[in-house]
Amino acid sequence: MNFVALQMLWGDRAKYFGLIFAVAFSTFLMSHQSSIFAGVLNRTRSQIIDVPDANLWVMDPKTEYFDEVKALTDNDLYRVRGVQGIEWAEPLFKGQPRAKSFDGTFRVVIMMGVDDATLVGAPRTMVLGSIDDLRKPDAIIIDRPGYEFFFPHEPYALGKTLELNDRRATIVGIYNSSAPFTNLPVFYSRYSQAINFVGRERNLMSFVLAKAAPGVSDAEASRRIEAATGLRAETSSEFGWQTIWYYMHHTGIPLNFGITIAIALIVGTIVAGQTFYIFTLENLKQFGALKAIGVTNWRIAGMILLQAVTVGVMGFSIGIGMTAAFFESTKNILDLRGFTLLWQIAAGTGVTVLTIVILASLVSMRRVLVLEPAIVFRG
Amino acid sequence: MPSVLEMPAIVAPARPAFATERVSMAVSVRNVTKEFGTGDNRARVLRGVDFDVNFGEMTLLVGPSGCGKTTLLSVIAGLLDPTSGGLSVLGENLNELSGSESILFRRKNLGFVFQQYNLLPALNAAENAAIPLLAAGVPRKRAVEQASSILVDLGLEQRLHALPNQLSGGQQQRVALARALVHEPRLIVCDEPTSALDHETGQAVMELLTKSAVRPDRAVIVVTHDSRVFDFADRIAHMDDGRIAKTERN
Repeated sequence: MNFVALQMLWGDRAKYFGLIFAVAFSTFLMSHQSSIFAGVLNRTRSQIIDVPDANLWVMDPKTEYFDEVKALTDNDLYRVRGVQGIEWAEPLFKGQPRAKSFDGTFRVVIMMGVDDATLVGAPRTMVLGSIDDLRKPDAIIIDRPGYEFFFPHEPYALGKTLELNDRRATIVGIYNSSAPFTNLPVFYSRYSQAINFVGRERNLMSFVLAKAAPGVSDAEASRRIEAATGLRAETSSEFGWQTIWYYMHHTGIPLNFGITIAIALIVGTIVAGQTFYIFTLENLKQFGALKAIGVTNWRIAGMILLQAVTVGVMGFSIGIGMTAAFFESTKNILDLRGFTLLWQIAAGTGVTVLTIVILASLVSMRRVLVLEPAIVFRG
Repeated sequence: MPSVLEMPAIVAPARPAFATERVSMAVSVRNVTKEFGTGDNRARVLRGVDFDVNFGEMTLLVGPSGCGKTTLLSVIAGLLDPTSGGLSVLGENLNELSGSESILFRRKNLGFVFQQYNLLPALNAAENAAIPLLAAGVPRKRAVEQASSILVDLGLEQRLHALPNQLSGGQQQRVALARALVHEPRLIVCDEPTSALDHETGQAVMELLTKSAVRPDRAVIVVTHDSRVFDFADRIAHMDDGRIAKTERN
């Protein structure tokens, strides 16, 4: 009877394709929007991800997320260095100066200042140049979007200059950055240079980057730093997630994406359910005949479920394929970097689609299961 | 050599479910009533029906519209439960069967020919005719082959792969007839099999029904108000106002 179930489904081409389209569209919307949502939130911790060297971030206890930082004092660096179990600790500065090119083009940029001596925190994914060149005077490393903003249509080349806070900055390197949340260019410089590019305040150090000594876990190192200094110490992962949760709680991003995803879910369910129901109504006599002939309710329920799952699988495959194709086709667009279809989103969408089609089929199933087979004798 | 007392007892094989006794009467209905609705809306459609159908015969159930023919047919086929009365079909007391037993009994022993054919529009003629076998779990290839053989006997060898919407009314009814016969049932129930057909086609279908369906070990009940098919019957039961008014041999 599985053959009969599938033939009934395929035999009504209009409804079959209507069902597949509804499920595919719903799948595409849910998976696409979920992926964009995940990508957008992931961008909030880009600069944290881009620091490969340290796995501990020490900050003022009032600092809630990466983009708004209460500066530490210079003493805090030494206090962290003095904690037992810490292999090393170096300063990290973050500011947002305005950069200007020779033709007057200007933009607010994110300026990261890494330790002058060790360059801990500098990016590793260089496209051109070397981070060691940060030791040169007025040196900065710029990310690819930043370079393409200030020097559009020009090939990548070192030695170009920008003006920051009335000071000259010379590009000694171009690197691949994780896309930041605000889509601003991200520059790196030495700590002493960066604070000049931004302008002096009483306290400037944004973070202390630290590494636990061998044999000491990150959790233990964090606990010791907090106990000894009163500062907050978190691993890269913890700080990254803290930043993500801050945006989740303090912006409309989850709500807006959630609404879109909910609409996709509801519309998909309604359209699929409606189409399934009409399909069942139009075949009610045939289902009645099957019941009269001796097909059990369980078998008929199984047939309807098979039809639902078939539509679900086909629609899901098309929809998820569309999402994957979208991200594959846009992966080389600089402004859209970092957006991808995560397997967790694909799996979650699959489970949701399965729920949609089963819910959609339940109403139809009920109609058939309560059908009196004697209806076929009523002309 | 062991004595008789030491030999294992000879046990008759267990009687299979729904084993139909060799009874001369295929259907025996005794004082069956059927009511629908409750309270002021109660309608008494069958008012104490006594009705017999013999093996090897085609029995027509005739009467005006609304007299209860289709309801009686539904009760005999096990599609409706009687409100009261006794009902024996192929030796089985249908009142004593559970829901699932009733379905299995129907699947094995009954064949249906409906007024509107009720063919599945997405299946071709052979596949439609094979449905009772598919429902019984027969592999598709074998079921379709068996159904095709019956369709050939009914003159549809050129139309085995045609969809219902590519068949004429008479051809569709022949497919429905094949579907009713494919699993070798012992009782065939037909509800107005010719009402949707013209005279000539209706005659042809009744001839086929008589030739293919009526056998010494099978009974056929036809509900009809079409007097043109009376000549095909062995017995005609006239029904009126929920009762069998008279029965006559043809």
